[in-house]
Amino acid sequence: MPPRPLSPHLSVYQFKYTLTTSILNRCTALALSVGLLLLVYWLMAVASGAHAQARAARWLSGPLMKPVYAALIMAFCYHLVAGIRHLVWDTGRGLERAQAQRSAWLVVALSIALTLLIGYCAWLAGARAP
Amino acid sequence: MSLRSPLGKVLGVGSAKSGVQHWWVQRLTAVALVPLSVWFVVSLLSLPSFDHATVVAWMSGSWTALLLILLVLTCAWHSQLGVRVVVEDYVHGAAARTVTLVSVLFVHTLIAAAGVFAVLKVAFGAAP
Repeated sequence: MPPRPLSPHLSVYQFKYTLTTSILNRCTALALSVGLLLLVYWLMAVASGAHAQARAARWLSGPLMKPVYAALIMAFCYHLVAGIRHLVWDTGRGLERAQAQRSAWLVVALSIALTLLIGYCAWLAGARAP
Repeated sequence: MSLRSPLGKVLGVGSAKSGVQHWWVQRLTAVALVPLSVWFVVSLLSLPSFDHATVVAWMSGSWTALLLILLVLTCAWHSQLGVRVVVEDYVHGAAARTVTLVSVLFVHTLIAAAGVFAVLKVAFGAAP
Protein backbone atom coordinates (compact mmCIF):
# COMPACT_ATOMS: atom_id res chain seq x y z
CA MET A 1 0.00 0.00 0.00
CA PRO A 2 1.27 3.53 -0.67
CA PRO A 3 2.41 5.47 2.38
CA ARG A 4 -0.50 7.50 3.69
CA PRO A 5 -0.69 10.01 6.52
CA LEU A 6 -1.43 8.20 9.77
CA SER A 7 -3.33 9.49 12.76
CA PRO A 8 -2.98 11.39 15.09
CA HIS A 9 -1.86 14.09 12.54
CA LEU A 10 -0.10 16.09 15.26
CA SER A 11 1.35 18.66 12.86
CA VAL A 12 -1.79 19.66 10.94
CA TYR A 13 -3.56 21.49 13.76
CA GLN A 14 -3.04 25.07 14.76
CA PHE A 15 -2.05 25.13 18.41
CA LYS A 16 -4.84 26.06 20.85
CA TYR A 17 -4.68 25.76 24.62
CA THR A 18 -7.55 23.26 24.57
CA LEU A 19 -5.07 20.93 22.82
CA THR A 20 -2.94 20.99 25.96
CA THR A 21 -5.80 19.62 28.06
CA SER A 22 -6.11 16.69 25.65
CA ILE A 23 -2.37 15.94 25.59
CA LEU A 24 -2.17 16.26 29.39
CA ASN A 25 -5.01 13.75 29.73
CA ARG A 26 -2.96 11.18 27.85
CA CYS A 27 0.29 11.99 29.68
CA THR A 28 -1.37 11.72 33.08
CA ALA A 29 -3.00 8.44 31.96
CA LEU A 30 0.43 6.96 31.22
CA ALA A 31 1.77 8.25 34.54
CA LEU A 32 -1.13 6.57 36.34
CA SER A 33 -0.38 3.29 34.54
CA VAL A 34 3.08 3.46 36.11
CA GLY A 35 1.34 4.27 39.40
CA LEU A 36 -0.69 1.06 39.07
CA LEU A 37 2.59 -0.86 38.71
CA LEU A 38 3.83 0.73 41.96
CA LEU A 39 0.54 -0.05 43.73
CA VAL A 40 0.59 -3.73 42.76
CA TYR A 41 4.29 -3.99 43.65
CA TRP A 42 3.43 -2.62 47.10
CA LEU A 43 0.42 -4.97 47.48
CA MET A 44 2.63 -7.96 46.58
CA ALA A 45 5.22 -6.77 49.12
CA VAL A 46 2.52 -6.56 51.83
CA ALA A 47 1.30 -10.07 50.88
CA SER A 48 4.87 -11.41 51.13
CA GLY A 49 5.11 -10.45 54.80
CA ALA A 50 6.46 -7.81 57.16
CA HIS A 51 10.07 -8.41 56.13
CA ALA A 52 9.37 -8.05 52.39
CA GLN A 53 7.23 -4.98 53.00
CA ALA A 54 9.97 -3.34 55.06
CA ARG A 55 12.47 -4.06 52.26
CA ALA A 56 10.11 -2.48 49.68
CA ALA A 57 9.36 0.45 51.99
CA ARG A 58 13.07 1.27 52.20
CA TRP A 59 12.99 2.65 48.66
CA LEU A 60 9.25 3.35 48.41
CA SER A 61 9.49 5.81 51.31
CA GLY A 62 12.86 7.22 50.27
CA PRO A 63 13.31 10.94 49.58
CA LEU A 64 13.56 10.32 45.82
CA MET A 65 10.00 8.95 45.77
CA LYS A 66 8.39 12.10 47.24
CA PRO A 67 8.34 13.93 43.87
CA VAL A 68 7.02 10.74 42.24
CA TYR A 69 4.05 10.62 44.64
CA ALA A 70 3.46 14.35 44.17
CA ALA A 71 3.39 13.83 40.39
CA LEU A 72 1.06 10.84 40.78
CA ILE A 73 -1.36 12.85 42.95
CA MET A 74 -1.34 15.64 40.34
CA ALA A 75 -1.84 13.12 37.53
CA PHE A 76 -4.69 11.44 39.41
CA CYS A 77 -6.51 14.72 40.06
CA TYR A 78 -6.10 15.92 36.50
CA HIS A 79 -7.11 12.62 34.89
CA LEU A 80 -10.13 12.30 37.19
CA VAL A 81 -11.48 15.78 36.40
CA ALA A 82 -10.56 15.67 32.69
CA GLY A 83 -12.07 12.18 32.45
CA ILE A 84 -15.38 13.45 33.85
CA ARG A 85 -15.21 16.22 31.21
CA HIS A 86 -14.84 13.51 28.55
CA LEU A 87 -17.84 11.62 29.96
CA VAL A 88 -19.91 14.82 29.77
CA TRP A 89 -18.78 15.26 26.14
CA ASP A 90 -19.91 11.68 25.45
CA THR A 91 -23.48 12.72 26.26
CA GLY A 92 -23.20 15.34 23.48
CA ARG A 93 -23.01 18.33 25.85
CA GLY A 94 -20.35 21.02 26.07
CA LEU A 95 -18.85 20.49 22.62
CA GLU A 96 -19.24 24.08 21.37
CA ARG A 97 -15.94 25.94 21.09
CA ALA A 98 -16.71 28.49 23.82
CA GLN A 99 -17.96 25.76 26.17
CA ALA A 100 -14.87 23.59 25.56
CA GLN A 101 -12.59 26.57 26.22
CA ARG A 102 -14.42 27.37 29.45
CA SER A 103 -14.37 23.74 30.63
CA ALA A 104 -10.62 23.55 29.84
CA TRP A 105 -9.98 26.27 32.45
CA LEU A 106 -12.44 24.65 34.84
CA VAL A 107 -10.57 21.31 34.56
CA VAL A 108 -7.22 22.99 35.29
CA ALA A 109 -8.64 24.97 38.25
CA LEU A 110 -10.48 21.99 39.76
CA SER A 111 -7.54 19.63 39.40
CA ILE A 112 -5.16 22.13 41.02
CA ALA A 113 -7.62 22.62 43.91
CA LEU A 114 -8.03 18.83 44.31
CA THR A 115 -4.25 18.33 44.19
CA LEU A 116 -3.75 20.93 46.93
CA LEU A 117 -6.49 19.30 49.05
CA ILE A 118 -5.00 15.79 48.74
CA GLY A 119 -1.49 17.17 49.23
CA TYR A 120 -2.60 18.95 52.41
CA CYS A 121 -4.31 15.78 53.73
CA ALA A 122 -1.20 13.70 52.91
CA TRP A 123 0.98 16.25 54.68
CA LEU A 124 -1.37 16.14 57.72
CA ALA A 125 -1.25 12.33 57.64
CA GLY A 126 2.55 12.45 57.43
CA ALA A 127 2.74 14.82 60.39
CA ARG A 128 0.36 12.57 62.38
CA ALA A 129 2.33 9.37 61.68
CA PRO A 130 4.91 8.28 64.25
CA MET B 1 -26.35 1.15 0.55
CA SER B 2 -22.87 0.24 1.68
CA LEU B 3 -20.14 2.82 1.30
CA ARG B 4 -17.41 0.18 1.51
CA SER B 5 -15.46 -0.46 -1.66
CA PRO B 6 -15.11 -4.05 -2.93
CA LEU B 7 -11.32 -3.81 -2.50
CA GLY B 8 -11.80 -2.64 1.09
CA LYS B 9 -14.07 -5.62 1.82
CA VAL B 10 -11.55 -8.10 0.41
CA LEU B 11 -8.69 -6.55 2.38
CA GLY B 12 -10.81 -6.37 5.52
CA VAL B 13 -10.01 -2.70 6.07
CA GLY B 14 -12.31 0.13 6.97
CA SER B 15 -14.92 -1.80 8.92
CA ALA B 16 -15.78 -0.91 12.50
CA LYS B 17 -14.58 -4.34 13.72
CA SER B 18 -14.63 -4.18 17.52
CA GLY B 19 -14.04 -0.44 17.88
CA VAL B 20 -17.38 0.24 19.55
CA GLN B 21 -16.70 -2.40 22.21
CA HIS B 22 -13.33 -0.77 22.99
CA TRP B 23 -14.91 2.68 23.25
CA TRP B 24 -17.79 1.45 25.43
CA VAL B 25 -15.64 -0.55 27.87
CA GLN B 26 -13.24 2.41 28.18
CA ARG B 27 -16.24 4.52 29.30
CA LEU B 28 -17.72 1.86 31.60
CA THR B 29 -14.40 1.37 33.40
CA ALA B 30 -13.98 5.16 33.60
CA VAL B 31 -17.38 5.54 35.30
CA ALA B 32 -16.56 2.70 37.71
CA LEU B 33 -13.15 4.18 38.52
CA VAL B 34 -14.56 7.53 39.66
CA PRO B 35 -15.99 6.19 42.97
CA LEU B 36 -13.39 3.39 43.29
CA SER B 37 -10.35 5.67 42.96
CA VAL B 38 -11.82 8.35 45.22
CA TRP B 39 -12.55 5.67 47.85
CA PHE B 40 -8.97 4.37 47.51
CA VAL B 41 -7.33 7.77 47.93
CA VAL B 42 -9.52 8.67 50.91
CA SER B 43 -8.84 5.35 52.66
CA LEU B 44 -5.09 5.57 52.04
CA LEU B 45 -5.09 9.08 53.50
CA SER B 46 -7.00 7.92 56.58
CA LEU B 47 -4.60 5.07 57.39
CA PRO B 48 -2.77 5.95 60.63
CA SER B 49 0.49 4.45 59.31
CA PHE B 50 1.89 2.20 56.60
CA ASP B 51 3.49 -0.43 58.84
CA HIS B 52 2.72 -4.07 58.10
CA ALA B 53 0.22 -4.71 60.91
CA THR B 54 -1.84 -1.62 60.07
CA VAL B 55 -1.92 -2.31 56.34
CA VAL B 56 -2.79 -6.00 56.85
CA ALA B 57 -5.59 -5.09 59.25
CA TRP B 58 -6.91 -2.60 56.69
CA MET B 59 -6.70 -5.02 53.75
CA SER B 60 -8.33 -7.82 55.76
CA GLY B 61 -11.61 -5.95 55.97
CA SER B 62 -14.09 -7.70 53.67
CA TRP B 63 -15.27 -4.53 51.94
CA THR B 64 -11.75 -3.15 51.68
CA ALA B 65 -10.49 -6.36 50.07
CA LEU B 66 -13.44 -6.49 47.69
CA LEU B 67 -13.10 -2.85 46.62
CA LEU B 68 -9.30 -3.20 46.26
CA ILE B 69 -9.78 -6.19 43.94
CA LEU B 70 -12.35 -4.26 41.88
CA LEU B 71 -10.00 -1.25 41.79
CA VAL B 72 -7.01 -3.27 40.55
CA LEU B 73 -9.08 -5.13 37.93
CA THR B 74 -10.90 -2.05 36.63
CA CYS B 75 -7.72 0.03 36.66
CA ALA B 76 -5.74 -2.61 34.76
CA TRP B 77 -8.50 -2.99 32.18
CA HIS B 78 -8.90 0.78 31.72
CA SER B 79 -5.12 1.21 31.50
CA GLN B 80 -4.76 -1.59 28.94
CA LEU B 81 -7.43 -0.03 26.71
CA GLY B 82 -5.76 3.38 26.99
CA VAL B 83 -2.16 2.27 26.46
CA ARG B 84 -3.37 0.23 23.48
CA VAL B 85 -4.60 3.40 21.77
CA VAL B 86 -1.31 5.19 22.47
CA VAL B 87 0.62 2.28 20.92
CA GLU B 88 -1.71 2.26 17.91
CA ASP B 89 -1.08 5.99 17.47
CA TYR B 90 2.68 6.08 17.81
CA VAL B 91 4.15 2.64 17.09
CA HIS B 92 4.24 2.09 13.34
CA GLY B 93 5.09 -1.07 11.46
CA ALA B 94 3.02 -4.24 11.75
CA ALA B 95 5.62 -6.36 13.57
CA ALA B 96 6.68 -3.72 16.11
CA ARG B 97 3.06 -2.78 16.77
CA THR B 98 1.87 -6.36 17.25
CA VAL B 99 4.75 -7.23 19.58
CA THR B 100 4.14 -4.05 21.62
CA LEU B 101 0.38 -4.62 21.84
CA VAL B 102 0.82 -8.24 22.95
CA SER B 103 3.41 -7.18 25.55
CA VAL B 104 1.08 -4.45 26.83
CA LEU B 105 -1.74 -6.98 27.18
CA PHE B 106 0.49 -9.54 28.95
CA VAL B 107 1.93 -6.99 31.38
CA HIS B 108 -1.56 -5.72 32.27
CA THR B 109 -2.83 -9.27 32.78
CA LEU B 110 0.13 -9.95 35.06
CA ILE B 111 -0.54 -6.75 37.04
CA ALA B 112 -4.24 -7.59 37.44
CA ALA B 113 -3.54 -11.18 38.51
CA ALA B 114 -0.79 -10.13 40.94
CA GLY B 115 -3.00 -7.46 42.49
CA VAL B 116 -5.93 -9.82 43.02
CA PHE B 117 -3.62 -12.55 44.36
CA ALA B 118 -1.94 -10.20 46.82
CA VAL B 119 -5.23 -8.82 48.20
CA LEU B 120 -6.77 -12.30 48.55
CA LYS B 121 -3.64 -13.65 50.25
CA VAL B 122 -3.73 -10.88 52.85
CA ALA B 123 -7.52 -10.97 53.23
CA PHE B 124 -7.52 -14.73 53.90
CA GLY B 125 -4.83 -14.28 56.55
CA ALA B 126 -2.08 -16.04 54.59
CA ALA B 127 0.41 -13.15 54.63
CA PRO B 128 3.35 -14.11 56.86
